[in-house]
Amino acid sequence: MNPLLSVTGLRKSYGLVEVLKGIDFEVAAGEKIALIGPSGSGKSTCLRCLNFLEKPSAGEIHLDGERIGVSLGRQMSDRQLAPQRAEMGMVFQLFNLWPHLSVTENVAIAARKVRGLSAREAQELALEMLAKVHMTHRADASPLELSGGQQQRVAIARALAQKPKLMLFDEPTSALDPELVHEVLKVMEELAAEGRTMLIVTHEIAFARDIADRVMFLDGGTIVEQGPARDLILSPREARTQAFLKQIRH
Amino acid sequence: MSGLSTFIMVLEGFLGGVGVTVLVTLASLVLGVALGFGLALLRQFGRLRAIHFLIDAYCEIMRNIPALTHLFILYFGLASIGFRLSAIAAAILGLGLIGGAVTCDLFRSGFAALPNGQREAALAVGFTPFQTIFEILTPQALRIALPSLGNYAVQLLKDTSIVSAIAAPEIMFYARSMVTSSFQTTLIYVTVAGLYLLLGLPLMQAIRFLESRYGRLKA
Amino acid sequence: MSDFIEPYFEYGKEWLPLLVKAMGTTALLSVSAFALSLVFGLLLALCRNAPSRALSHFVTVYVSVVRGVPLLAILFLLYFGLPGIGITFDAFTGAVLGLAFAFAAQVAELFRAGLMAIPKGQREAALAVGFTPFQSFTLIVLPQVVRIIIAPLIVTFVSLLKDSSLASLITVNELVLTGRAMATEYFLPLQIYLAVGLCYFFIAWPFSLLSRRLAPAVG
Repeated sequence: MNPLLSVTGLRKSYGLVEVLKGIDFEVAAGEKIALIGPSGSGKSTCLRCLNFLEKPSAGEIHLDGERIGVSLGRQMSDRQLAPQRAEMGMVFQLFNLWPHLSVTENVAIAARKVRGLSAREAQELALEMLAKVHMTHRADASPLELSGGQQQRVAIARALAQKPKLMLFDEPTSALDPELVHEVLKVMEELAAEGRTMLIVTHEIAFARDIADRVMFLDGGTIVEQGPARDLILSPREARTQAFLKQIRH
Repeated sequence: MSGLSTFIMVLEGFLGGVGVTVLVTLASLVLGVALGFGLALLRQFGRLRAIHFLIDAYCEIMRNIPALTHLFILYFGLASIGFRLSAIAAAILGLGLIGGAVTCDLFRSGFAALPNGQREAALAVGFTPFQTIFEILTPQALRIALPSLGNYAVQLLKDTSIVSAIAAPEIMFYARSMVTSSFQTTLIYVTVAGLYLLLGLPLMQAIRFLESRYGRLKA
Repeated sequence: MSDFIEPYFEYGKEWLPLLVKAMGTTALLSVSAFALSLVFGLLLALCRNAPSRALSHFVTVYVSVVRGVPLLAILFLLYFGLPGIGITFDAFTGAVLGLAFAFAAQVAELFRAGLMAIPKGQREAALAVGFTPFQSFTLIVLPQVVRIIIAPLIVTFVSLLKDSSLASLITVNELVLTGRAMATEYFLPLQIYLAVGLCYFFIAWPFSLLSRRLAPAVG
């Protein structure tokens, strides 16, 4: 079977600094992958290249057989990219909820404006998605009134409402107070159990071990090692992976 | 003549002027805000360097030259080469063009205050750049700019008084012509001051209402 | 186009000294008024924080009245109105006072914001090392306040410089009034008022640039 997502030769430079030095991997439908690695390893950049929030310097990305970000050999504009981005749900480290809209509107607006649902359909969809993240009780609140954990759950609902083929999580718990991390991880666990395809950049090693099918360890802009989650985390082969995991446990 | 009846006469004399002051204030406010918003969009989201330069130059010229000089150029200057504007039209145009530069800055700092994540999140859910600007960024930038736009509106009301210098028949113009005919100078100018304060009240009330309705927004 | 440019070559030699002299008057007027408004403004800001209720109320009322009344009304009241109750100034003095009174309100608000931004500990530490309250204020607190508000102070100065053009309407022979006299004499209002605008621009623009350099980077 063809992979849902395939990434080949992905490179990204800022000026003279090369942050990604050739990344290749594939993701099968329903697979859950964790990207781990020290800060500055390029894992967030790698994720942000997938929906072209960062424009890759080289390489190819295919989602469901469709080339992302390039059409007829030319890089697409943000306008042309819009429908492709809609196929991928993204959850940011800093939530990035829109403070001028209510919780429900944050989830519903793209359904209306991008997918063309009616206001009622979008509202129903939003409430359904908010139920998935256990936020129905704050449906009418402003994002500004919510805790970080609640905001992140709403942000997850917003991404789910896109009915995406793939969910991208960019360090979704890094900006949260420790006591709020759990509620977000729990929601992500439930999504994983539904069989969604998820790509998660995270520092939560235990979470990665329990949830992910596969873990990729990035360092210095390359994939140093990848494998089944338990194997890689419990018995890493590469010295750099061992050092990183050892450091994180202490 | 008793003090009270003089006062009433003075007030009656101002009535026509009040209408013109309100007209000039509102019309130049609308013109200025619309122009400023358009310029801010072009400057903030447009890609053409030449246009950025032109907008910057426009704002600098408007900001560093007195309104009175702009008015004289528009009213006396243009008339001398055959473009004759009425005093009220010149007043609205002049204050509006200056307002465009002032509010362009206000809108731009509103846009600049938004974290980049707001834009990224909008693109990520599949919004086009156009939708991103109008659905997500503009409503927030407007709210951030609202208090300074309010200050600008209050300032504008006061600034309309200078269009009396090109004989636009607003409050100050009536005051100046009454002074020459009545000699009640102090009374007239105190009344003028009171009149502007009074006109400012509903304006400030409207701003306060808008701020309490939309104002509380920190991204 | 050449018709438009030609007068500048033909009359430039006659116009330049007139304009330069008027620029001097505008500069002197603006600088004097600004210096005075700094003094008034600082006093107002201090009175607002003073323990006396009456004083701080006075400041609140003063600031909101001046905020709502056009500068032109203040100038007319001072110059044409006060003689009615026996107080007279020459036009230049009237303009300096009027500008200073009006801008003192803005300056006071800036000082107030600056003073609030300085932590209490700064004054306490100054008192603790043995400074008198006066020394603590002038040596420790005030320099920090000035550093915070220097950029908006310069913006305020540019506004004052532009508003000094209104002094022409109470017969101060500064740039605009000189321009009017020239326009009447030469019948070239467009060329002359553009030249007047340019004169203002040359004085004001460097200050505008400076204020942006000194402003703390936004965002």
